[in-house]
Amino acid sequence: MLTVEERRDIEEEIRKAPTMKAAVIDVLKTVQKHRGWVPDEALEEAAALLGMTAAEVDSIATFFSLIYRKPVGRHVILICDGVSCWLVGYEDVKQRLMERLGIAPGETTGDGKFTLLPSACLGVCEEAPAMMIDDRLYTKLTPDSVDEILAGYRDDN
Amino acid sequence: MTTEKPLTRNIRPGGPPCNLQEYEKSGGYLGLRKALAGHHQDVVDMVVNANLLGRGGAGFPAGKKWSVVPMGASAPRPKYVVCNFDEMEPGSFKDRFLAEGDPHQLIEGMIIAGYAIEAQIGYIFIRKDYLKAERILRDAINEAYSKKYLGQDILGSGFNFELHLHGSAGRYICGESSALLNALEGGRAIPRSRPPHMSSVGLWGKPTVVNNVETICNVPHIAANGPEWFKGLSYTDEGGTKIYGASGRVRTLGAWELPMGTPLREILEDHAGGMQEGYEFRGVMPGGASSEFITTEHLDARMDFASMRTVDSHLGTGTLIVLDDRNCPIGMVLSLQRYFSRESCGWCTPCREGLPWIVQMLEALEEGRGTMEDIEILKSHTRLLETGNTFCTLAPAAMFSLESALRHFSEDFEEHVKKGRCPYKS
Repeated sequence: MLTVEERRDIEEEIRKAPTMKAAVIDVLKTVQKHRGWVPDEALEEAAALLGMTAAEVDSIATFFSLIYRKPVGRHVILICDGVSCWLVGYEDVKQRLMERLGIAPGETTGDGKFTLLPSACLGVCEEAPAMMIDDRLYTKLTPDSVDEILAGYRDDN
Repeated sequence: MTTEKPLTRNIRPGGPPCNLQEYEKSGGYLGLRKALAGHHQDVVDMVVNANLLGRGGAGFPAGKKWSVVPMGASAPRPKYVVCNFDEMEPGSFKDRFLAEGDPHQLIEGMIIAGYAIEAQIGYIFIRKDYLKAERILRDAINEAYSKKYLGQDILGSGFNFELHLHGSAGRYICGESSALLNALEGGRAIPRSRPPHMSSVGLWGKPTVVNNVETICNVPHIAANGPEWFKGLSYTDEGGTKIYGASGRVRTLGAWELPMGTPLREILEDHAGGMQEGYEFRGVMPGGASSEFITTEHLDARMDFASMRTVDSHLGTGTLIVLDDRNCPIGMVLSLQRYFSRESCGWCTPCREGLPWIVQMLEALEEGRGTMEDIEILKSHTRLLETGNTFCTLAPAAMFSLESALRHFSEDFEEHVKKGRCPYKS
């Protein structure tokens, strides 16, 4: 099931690591980079390359919150729910996101475009409230700025 | 006392990071040269005498941590230095500020720490979402290798040190130093039982020192200028400067390097500029989410580890979270407890079961379903989840905000029960 390219990238991560097992997070991230998430079949094949059981790799994959064991949308929105964001308008920002996307945290839009996930404090408390969409950070959010940001993804399928 | 700002002298907020040439020009890697010219033990002694206390929040003396590592030819090898850059404490952003602005300061500190304990290998453990910091550090590490600050026979000293960057994948518990080591080894990030201490049996069973980013960033300056200079930076006997910060409804949000022991009021009023128009001060958590609320009566307390304990709080990360009069204290504590409850690793029962129960009771209070008995049960939980009853400090530290809120904002708790609703919601 793993493609030649995925297998090559995984083997490269294992080669760089001090022990095979120590590569597990980088291997899972590699699968996720290619597929957006970590399906069962890919996990099982990756486990074999790591010399670990699939159950052991799954115990790690499910422990770390940013390894996705379910399909996610093409864009993942991580909304910071740390207390510094809560104090300055997190609830309003979250509410607007839920209204516009029609989903609750933990869900994916019907068209498979966005997944909304709560995130541990993003460490930009001096620019709260904050969220990340994929690798991009958005700060000093207001319900109106959320609308503008989402509009920027309108033509992005 | 001076007004020097060694940690942030090269940092241009909003601008590019300090590169290697600029860092060297400002005296960078001078501390490393001095350290390599002396004995390992001299470096450890300097850090002990500087009284550098751990900036991750616990305030444990860094030199003491280093001085118990087995040394000499018979010590197990390799030995490791690990930098904890899993900054996920709500309200804290100081480590990102330091590493993004002046990456070589952190790298130089890691090399000197490695030399001090005769370590061969270093890891910087960085949270997944700090993408910019990770990119900046990766570039800076490559620069350091190309100039022979890293690798074999560093600056002709015969000392070898490899430095790796490990990008994590989420979970606050990775910031617990023994859980962090489990994550580095490729396991679930659950805390380890101690003893044995990590200084003897750490990463892959070998002697290991784990220090916070800000702690490590102080090391080059101690090595370059000596412990007496370092102690002179502080208002108290806890050496050095401190990166303080503020979030919440204050006028100026940000991070500031000030003498250790700067009064809380000065940080709040002079640097954070006081409260925003239309908001009154209710309380402040001085050290991130794992610290106790302080109210107006103790605003003149100094922000150092010892002084904060005398006012029943903790310096923690030194980043203030300010509560105003328009946010509900119970709502704020609920936000904090939801966070800790979700981030519990589930390894020990009081944390795994106790925190969700606390969340349920706080939700009931906020939604007007709470009873006076709930308040008593919440109080009992602050004792049931205290240090000694749990495997690590996640749950005990989560109780700091709850216990102090019950103490300072008892009228708010009771009003929620009596009115059958949250009085802060219209």
